[in-house]
Amino acid sequence: MIVRIMEEGQYRLSDDLLGELNQLDNQVAAAVSAGDDAAFSAGFQQLLAFVRTHGTPVANDELVTSDHVLPHAETTLADARSTFSGHGALAG
Amino acid sequence: MAGLMGRVTTLFKVKANKVLDKAEDPGETLDYSYTKQLELLQKTKRGVADVVTAKKRLQLQESKLQESVVKLDGQARQALAANREDLARTALERKALIQGQLQGLDTQIAQLEQQQQQLVDTEQRLAAKVEAFRTQKEVVKAQYSAAEAQVRIGEATSGLGEEMGDVSLALQRAQDKTDQMQARAAAVDELVSSGAVADLDAPGTTDLDRQISALSADSQVDAELARLKGELGAAPAAGQIAPAPAADAPPAAEQPAAPEEEGGAS
Repeated sequence: MIVRIMEEGQYRLSDDLLGELNQLDNQVAAAVSAGDDAAFSAGFQQLLAFVRTHGTPVANDELVTSDHVLPHAETTLADARSTFSGHGALAG
Repeated sequence: MAGLMGRVTTLFKVKANKVLDKAEDPGETLDYSYTKQLELLQKTKRGVADVVTAKKRLQLQESKLQESVVKLDGQARQALAANREDLARTALERKALIQGQLQGLDTQIAQLEQQQQQLVDTEQRLAAKVEAFRTQKEVVKAQYSAAEAQVRIGEATSGLGEEMGDVSLALQRAQDKTDQMQARAAAVDELVSSGAVADLDAPGTTDLDRQISALSADSQVDAELARLKGELGAAPAAGQIAPAPAADAPPAAEQPAAPEEEGGAS
């Protein structure tokens, strides 16, 4: 599968890792709905690190679509919240 | 609540699809999208240039503030030497405030540096993808009809559309951040040039400057006087006395200012 981290690029990961990826992602979502800043930061960075360490970067001259997209690394809890409520930079 | 990733993926895809959505005639789509790619590449280059400009401005401001710190430090010393602790305090207060601004600037310059690097990477990645797309486009156009070529290159087109969507959002965010820093830099410039940094009742920073320079003028005059006295007091035997000011110089008799004042209580 192809995972994009916005502003960073795409990574190719084994499909077997989807379960773990979803699990990490759900933890992040839980932190967002709990409004827990510390849990969000830790969880989100863990999620990004998972993609970076388990994935290999897609070559610059390769044109593929992503199966999953993650927001850029500087995303804050407030940014994530507005993504869910449909008011973020992506919503426009 | 659904995952963050799923939510972002959905929104992002909508955005990315819009990027290359415009061409009506499939035969024109490929060329149209190539034009859009080159436009975005240009915009990215401009984005890098904007960040570099902002960074230079902050660096210039930083060196100006550093000069101010050195100057205020010198003024504080001068003021103290002249027993004007009040002026020395004002100078040091101002110096502390400027040092505070300097600390924030370091962080901002570092952030812009990082942003510049990131945008340069983005530009290189986009340029490579645009070139890859151009090559694929030429190959399929040579082999297939326009409509079929469009289908054959579909994955590459949407892959590139995604990249372009990402780059557009990144550029927007970079621009917002740069604007914020520029605004803050302008505010700091204003603060420093108006002299409003420390003492509110003094209308301009020139007030401190004026008082300090009055002090330094005084001490310069004192030094000059001392020098002249020294020259006149020394034996002119060696013929070292300069010819011109001889008429001006009064005979060394009077002491204009005694070091101790009569009325000054201690």
